[in-house]
Formats: sequence, structure tokens, C-alpha cells
Amino acid sequence: MTKIDPDRHFIAKDDYDEAADLQALDRADLDAPTWVLIWRRFLRHKLGVVSGVYLLVIYLALPFVDVLSPYHYAERNENHIYAPPQPVRLWSEAYGFGLHTFVTEEKFDVETFQMGSIVDWSQPLKIPLFQSCGSTYHLLGLFETSFRFICPPKGGTLFILGTDRLGRDVHSRIMHGAQLSLTVGLIGVAVSFAIGLVLGGMAGYFGGWIDSLTMRAIEIIRSLPELPIWLALAAAIPANWGPVSVFFLISIILGLLDWPGLARAVRSKFLALREEDYVKAAELMGARPTRIIGAHMMPNFMSHLVASATLSIPAMILGETALSFLGLGLRPPAVSWGLMLNDALDLTVVEIYPWLLMPLVPVIMVVLAFSFLGDGLRDALDPYS
Amino acid sequence: MLAYILRRCVTMAGTLAVISVLIFAIINLPEGNYLTNQIRELMATGEQGSIAKAQFLLAQYSLDRPLWEQYLVWVGLWPGPDGFSGMLQGNFGYSFELDRQVYDVVAEAMWFTIGLNLVVVLFVYLTALPLGALAAVRANTWIDYLAALIGYIGLATPNFLLALVLMYYGNKAVGLPIGGGMAREFIDQPMSLEKFGSIMLHMVAPVVVIGTAGMAGMMRRLRANLLDELGKPYVTTAAAKGVSPTRAVIKYPLRMALNPFIADIGNLLPQLISGSVLVSVVMSLPTIGPVLLSALRSQDIFLSGFILLFVSALTLVGMLISDILLAVVDPRIRLSGKAGGAR
Repeated sequence: MTKIDPDRHFIAKDDYDEAADLQALDRADLDAPTWVLIWRRFLRHKLGVVSGVYLLVIYLALPFVDVLSPYHYAERNENHIYAPPQPVRLWSEAYGFGLHTFVTEEKFDVETFQMGSIVDWSQPLKIPLFQSCGSTYHLLGLFETSFRFICPPKGGTLFILGTDRLGRDVHSRIMHGAQLSLTVGLIGVAVSFAIGLVLGGMAGYFGGWIDSLTMRAIEIIRSLPELPIWLALAAAIPANWGPVSVFFLISIILGLLDWPGLARAVRSKFLALREEDYVKAAELMGARPTRIIGAHMMPNFMSHLVASATLSIPAMILGETALSFLGLGLRPPAVSWGLMLNDALDLTVVEIYPWLLMPLVPVIMVVLAFSFLGDGLRDALDPYS
Repeated sequence: MLAYILRRCVTMAGTLAVISVLIFAIINLPEGNYLTNQIRELMATGEQGSIAKAQFLLAQYSLDRPLWEQYLVWVGLWPGPDGFSGMLQGNFGYSFELDRQVYDVVAEAMWFTIGLNLVVVLFVYLTALPLGALAAVRANTWIDYLAALIGYIGLATPNFLLALVLMYYGNKAVGLPIGGGMAREFIDQPMSLEKFGSIMLHMVAPVVVIGTAGMAGMMRRLRANLLDELGKPYVTTAAAKGVSPTRAVIKYPLRMALNPFIADIGNLLPQLISGSVLVSVVMSLPTIGPVLLSALRSQDIFLSGFILLFVSALTLVGMLISDILLAVVDPRIRLSGKAGGAR
């Protein structure tokens, strides 16, 4: 008998069955779509989530690097060559509270033959935020503007991370270099993904001589030492090509040696999935190979491939850095982290101008982020275990 | 066992043949070579004698023939101007830039290259084994996290910069020598105990730099394998029967976990050799890395081609050794005669 209580709550008449309730919960969990389970499990990998958000933010910021940098990346300040990072303070006695910097001056020391920097601590300068300053640029290639988040103060400079040998602002250059350094990995992975998917898929699906041929090719490519071959290929790029074509070629070169691992994974997945009943069923119903592969098999292992692709991006970013560092990668009018580090090739730089090593910081952070994200994805991919 | 090794050697030779074609194609991708560039330069200045000499060299090394013929002559399957005299006959070509036989140039750098890579492999194993095992046994403690941190740093820092920074601070803090293969006074001296010591001292920084990345990956794999193994019932049984904790780890689980570890040398070697090329350039080590770089830049095709081939061959030999080791350790592979679990 159902009785109505004064608060008008419904009260079921049977006793509460804890076990049944638990089972229902489990049931709901099991019936949830795979991607929900994967997503839930991924969220438990805190480091992976943080890395994912970080990468998302910096990749979304790539079109807006000009807004984020106080100077144009190629602007030379001949009075501030090898300027060390300038002090930026939120509070000081001379100024009080607020974002400010100080008047600095670079002087050539005649005794040590080095550039020296003098900070005048009594002359604070307010750093203007969200204003128009400096040279104009095309925002998203649409309209011309000179709006920047952070501007050099009037009558002063703002070299947060110092300047290089031509007096160019390192901070602005790191921002700008991110565009090439971060996309190189993506294009490279796209190339290796395409090759790996096609070759691995063909080997796994058709088997026979195609399979053995692909496996031989994989073995050969894997036994090539990566960097020397990269060097040789990069050295083959004609010297008179423009920076953009060089950039694309370098990315393709980086992807060209990376596909064997992916192809191998695809192949083994194919070999396993081919035996599944649903594939046989589709075959018997007369589906073409492209349809069986695309509609039935691909969704089954795509997530695995994405995880392993994520894990292979760091190697490409480091590869670009290494090639540019050796002077065989991207070429000077372009800006990338590797090219900036090229200035830091010799030991004197580490000793006298250590801030030229600054591009190392974003390189390490991005590489670590990709590794963590890849680890998180890989762990999350098996939600039923 | 012997048949297995023989079969592996035959496949290796086949692989090397394909690689030689690939490498020849790659080094001939850019138009021209050192000699043709030189001829063009001399044309501008109009030095007839030198042009004639360069053209003579061009014909002497059959660089004026079609590419496929050039390749066959290079390998030694096609008669050159002096009959068969390619690599199969022991003639590795001539470096026009250095004006020396390729063989001499490479032989000089070869011992240091091989030695360096051997020491690096040793370093990787000697550090990854205890660190990985410790990280697995003491999973989720500070040791584990510390090992993971070292691993991640090794993975994420570009080799060459680690080299620069380590070189600088190693010199400042402990007085490690900066760059070079040995102290200057030992160059061209016969081998002695002091010279050996000097070489070893100079190797410390490069070995650490080249080895860290490989160590990181290996450590993580060993940790994962050992963790799987440690969860198995037989380990519990062993502990319950009173086997000491160290023995209960080392006797069976570690041995089981070691299998992929040995197989991994096949992955490790190309990575190390790549790394050593780059680090050598930065630290000016007398390996073939810097020679390769300058040969590639000046299109000195015989030199760069042979070095690339040599480095690939080194990698292949390393893989062969790992497969043989694996067969020795794992009877399943030995008996089935297949390198199924090899990689």
C-alpha cells in the first residue's frame, strides 16, 4: 500500500535492495558508448588532461602570436644587442604597485669586449597593456592592425627574455617561432599517418606478397639511422627554394622515416580484425574492401593510432630542432625554435648570453606535454580492462 | 642455431643491398657533386689546367656515366675505368674535398665511433637495469617518481643542448674536459694508460648525453614488464615459501622481464647512432658524425655515401647481435628458428 506522507514524497513500498541498485549502475556503465568510457578514464589521468589543455591553448593561440608579442619578430634594435632579460616588476619603491619595468641601457665594455647592461632602478616605466604599438601586421591575414596585449613602454624597451645578436626580441621570436616549430610535427605526423595507414592496411588486409613486401620495407626503413638520413635528405633541398617550401619539405622528410611503427601496428590490428565475424559477414554480403576497411575496421583501431601518433610528434619537433640547429633545416628568414637555438651553437653563448637558450624551455614543455597526453590516451583506450 | 645465424646473415646482406640503393639515390638527389661544382667554379675563373684535372677525376671515378651505371661501379658490379674496383673489391672511393681515400678517413674515425657507441650501450644497460628494476619493485614511491623524472627529462631535452649544457656545467663543477676525443697532447701518440684514461674522461659527458634518451625508454619498458611479472602467483608462492625478497625478484621475474629488454637493442642502436652523430658535431668528438655533415654539405658523394652505408651496416650488425642474444636466452625462438618475438 502506498501511503502519502505530509511532504508529498513518493515512497516505494518494497525494501531498498542495495545489490540491485549497484548492478543497475554497473549496467549503465557497461552500456555507455565506448567514447564516454574512454573519456571518463582519460579524465582520471590528471597529467594527461593538463597537458591536453595546455596543448589545445597554445595551438589555438598560434594564429594570434603577433598579438602576444611586444615587437615584430624581425625588428632590429641596434642599440640593444645581446641585451639580457629586462626586469619586470609588479611592485617597487620607485613606482609602487603595477606592472612596470625600468630604463635600461646597453653599453659596450671596452675592457672585456662584451656588451653590458645597466638598469636604472630609479626610472620606472609603466608597461602599457592592450594597446596599439610598433609595426603593423595582418591579423589572420584579414585586416591590418598593430594591436598588442603587451607593448614596450614609451621611452623604453621591453625585452622580457633579452635580445639576440641582431638586437631582436627573443620573446617575440619565440612566440613567432612556435608557428613553424609546432606545425612541423603535425604535418610530419599526417604524412607518416597516411603512409602507415595505407601500407599497413594493405599488408594486413590482403596479406600474401603485399604483406611480405611491406614487412621487408618496414624492416629496411627501421634499420636506417634516422638522423643521418634526415641530414642527407635535408641537404638535398635546393638552396634557392623559398622558406615555405623548405618548411613543407622538412616536415615531409621528418614524416618519411616515421611510418614503419604505425604501419606495423595497423597491420597487426588488421590481421586480428579480419577474423572477426562481422567482417566475414560484410564480405559475404558483397561489401567492397574499401567499405569493409573504412566502415567496419577503421573505427575499431583509430583511437589506438591517434594515441601512437601523439607519441610520435615529440620526435619530429626534436628532429626539426636538431636539423635547424645544424643549419640543414629551416632557413633564416623563417623563425623556428631550432633556428633560434642555432645561435647558441657554441659554448661562449652558454657562458655569456645564456638567455639565447630560452627556446629550449618551450621545446621541453611541448615535448613533455605530448608525451603525457599520449600516455594518458593510451591508458584510457582500453576502458573495459 | 648455426643455420639460424646463417639465415639471418643472408637476409642482412639483402637488406644492406637495398639500403645501398636507397643511400645512393639519396646522396644523388641534389644536382651535381663536389667535382662538377668545382668545375663550374673553375670555369668562372678560367683555370684550364685545374679544369682538365677535375674532368679527368670525373672520368676516373666514372661520375660522367648514367646514374645506374655509377651505382654499379660504386658497388663493384660493373667495370669502371680500371676494371672492377668498387666496394666489393675493397675500394671505397675517394674524397675529393679532403683529397684522401675514403677508407683512410673513415678508418681514423671508426674506432672512436664504435667504441663510443659500445660504451653508450653499456651505460644504458648498466643504468636502466637497476633503475628500472628498482622503479618496479618500489612502484609509486619516490624512487619510482625520480626514475620517471630522469626518464622524462632524457626524453624531452634535445640531445645537442643537453650536450652543450652538460659540457659547460660539467667543466665548471667537476672540471670535465670540454669537447674533443682526448687531451691535445695525446693526439697521434701510441696508446698508453694515460691516453686511455684521457679518452675515458672525455667520453663521460657524451656517453651520458647520448645514453639518457635510450635509457629512459628502456627503463620504462623494464618497469612495465617487471610489474606485470611481479603480480603473478608464482612470485607470491616464492615469497610464501621463504625465498628472500631480492632472490624472489632476481631469480625468475627479472629474467622473464629481461627478454624484451635484449630484443630492444635493435631499436636502441639506430637511435644511439643517430644521437652520436649530432652530439659529436656539438662536442667536436672525432667520430664520423662531423665528417658526414661536412661531406653532405659539400656533396662529396663517395665519402657521405660510404659513411651512411657504414652507419647503416653498424646498425644491422647490432640488430643481428640482439637477435642472436635473444635466441641464446630464449629457447622458444632458438627451437622454432624464427625471430618471431624479436621485435
